[in-house]
Amino acid sequence: MRTILFIIQKEFIQTFRNRSMLPIIFVMPLLQLLILAYATTFEIRQIRILLVDADKSTCSHQLIMKYQGSPFYKIVGDSPSYAKAVEALYNRKADQILMIPSGFEKGLKKEGKTKIQIVNDAINGSAAALMNAYTTSIARDYNSELVVSSFLGIQVQPPVTIERSFWYNPELNYQTYMVPGILVILVTLIGLFLSGMNMVREKEIGTIEQINVTPIKKYQFIAGKLFPFWFLAIAELAFGLFLAKLMFNIPIVGNLGLIFGAAAVYLIVMAGIGLVMSTITQTQQQSMFLSWFFMIVFIMMSGLFTPAESMPWWAQYINSINPVMYFIKIMRNVLLKGSEFQDIIQPFLALCTLAVLALAIAINRYRKTT
Amino acid sequence: MIILFGMPVVQVLIFGFAITTDIRDAKISILDHSKDYMTQDITRKLLSSGYFVLSENLNSEKDIETSFRKGKIKEVVIFENHFAENFEKNQKAHIQLIADASDPNTANLIVNYTSSIINDYQEELLKLSPVPVTITSEVKMLFNPELKSVFMFVPGTITILLMLISAMMTSISIVREKEMGTMEVLLVSPLKPAQIIIGKVIPYFLFSFIIAVIILLMGFVIFKMPMQGSYLLLLGETILFIIMALSLGILISTLTRTQQVAMMISMVALMLPTMLLSGFIYPIENMPVVLQWVCQLMPPKWFIIIIKSIILKGSSFSYIWKETLILFLMTLLFIFISIKKFKIRLQELKN
Repeated sequence: MRTILFIIQKEFIQTFRNRSMLPIIFVMPLLQLLILAYATTFEIRQIRILLVDADKSTCSHQLIMKYQGSPFYKIVGDSPSYAKAVEALYNRKADQILMIPSGFEKGLKKEGKTKIQIVNDAINGSAAALMNAYTTSIARDYNSELVVSSFLGIQVQPPVTIERSFWYNPELNYQTYMVPGILVILVTLIGLFLSGMNMVREKEIGTIEQINVTPIKKYQFIAGKLFPFWFLAIAELAFGLFLAKLMFNIPIVGNLGLIFGAAAVYLIVMAGIGLVMSTITQTQQQSMFLSWFFMIVFIMMSGLFTPAESMPWWAQYINSINPVMYFIKIMRNVLLKGSEFQDIIQPFLALCTLAVLALAIAINRYRKTT
Repeated sequence: MIILFGMPVVQVLIFGFAITTDIRDAKISILDHSKDYMTQDITRKLLSSGYFVLSENLNSEKDIETSFRKGKIKEVVIFENHFAENFEKNQKAHIQLIADASDPNTANLIVNYTSSIINDYQEELLKLSPVPVTITSEVKMLFNPELKSVFMFVPGTITILLMLISAMMTSISIVREKEMGTMEVLLVSPLKPAQIIIGKVIPYFLFSFIIAVIILLMGFVIFKMPMQGSYLLLLGETILFIIMALSLGILISTLTRTQQVAMMISMVALMLPTMLLSGFIYPIENMPVVLQWVCQLMPPKWFIIIIKSIILKGSSFSYIWKETLILFLMTLLFIFISIKKFKIRLQELKN
């Protein structure tokens, strides 16, 4: 036991000997948290819309006014011709074109039917779908108004009323959703990268030989080496949660003990993986590259940015060994919904299994003799 | 080596096929107090849409909380009592949708899809009494008619991998020499410092270029990405970006002393912002204004605009000269600062 403590002591000394490490471990991630939490949103702030009004009638003006009055739209101009308007889309000067053809009002009054055209810059597919939905719904509102005003008495309200309730996040606040996820990334960085690179560093510098000729046992060495980073990661999680509560007021509905319990297991998984990487690679550069590869894949598939359940079946299969996915699930469920232990038993057990697996492989592969 | 080239391939495959912002097979629950022909019709319509999958039929409101907490379902559709009766007799029937908004984006999409399916059902029933005045909107999605999200991801993946290889790995490699002490040995040799650096950097340049080409090929061949613009321009801009990233890597290496620090800086100051602030996943126009300024400083942001313009819009140089100039100036800046720092170091060595 004492041996482990000695190694831990050595690790802490080594880590903090490097003066730039301290701010990097604590300050940078927290800066990131602040910046990224505000950046990650799918909401649309303002649609830059270009109007082409070939009709210039009372009706077309009324329709245009509806967009002018909305804070979601910024009218970047009205162009005389369709061709010029499309040019603006190419130039990224506008996101959307609303084209009202000539004969708009006439069509409405005489035949009761008319058309408008909405052209969207669809490079960002999901944003385009949203923009389109907003614009068409405003046009539909105008439509309903016309019906009501010209034909009183006709019921425009559809019989089925749909009431929407959003639980756990009634304001659809994206930060509430993203911040726990970002915290997970930051904590993973420390747990996976630093621990992995640390091991390889000894190999690279050559001090590992010196350790190997001592009577220290494998598990003692590994435990001692991993503990400091595991500890730092948990400390960072705590600090991060505190800041998150302070700055973003994210709800902490559930039991924090559950979170830290899950975090403890999760970080063991990460440290274990870092360790396995270090047994495969010879240099810190390789170790970092490999870790980075896995991290990117795990994070993208974890449901942090995009819903994990929407992935095809083979991807979900791969996801079943993705520790990030389980941890994010636990974080979100406990923090935002107040899930109890029996609710998160499945992901928690999965994490435990992964931890045992990772450590077993790591200890097995680590040889005191080269 | 396998990892070096296999990694981008695997990533592009995963991003292209697995990651999507859309809804597919979302688990929902139905709480049906009426169980009449109408509610069953609507339920059938919902479940055959491809968006939803039935997780369970709940029996009471009490079970909703537990189901949500377990993360089993994303939405509950509640039909009131005597639904069909109310619809036909009183022209007023009520459906409540409760969504788990811990993921607000998905919740919003799910609720919107559910509502529009229900509204479609209504419109079919009411076809007998058409609305007297209709404005139809003709919708055109320019540059990406099928709203494929893979077109967003391929340029983004190229950017991230280039940043990784050119900036991160270069910086770590140079710092390694410093850390090992072999840099001193190189510096006192007859080799000029510029030669040393260029020699170190060329392998990464080649790797980056080959990987970029592989990813682009995958995009065109596997994902059928359309190429509207000039290949030459695309490759030219890619080379510019690689040189920029290399110079950034060199710059980082002049600022740090150990590999660990170099890696952490690259990771934290480059990778995460590249993923999130470059417009790769989250559109920049939707961020708070202050952040948008920060994004302007990110080289990846400009490169992504350039790539997307060339590939999807077929832009010629006249459309993207501004962004190209910015990348070029950034490169010059990085090289300039690196040279200055290096000279200081050489002075220290001589003294």
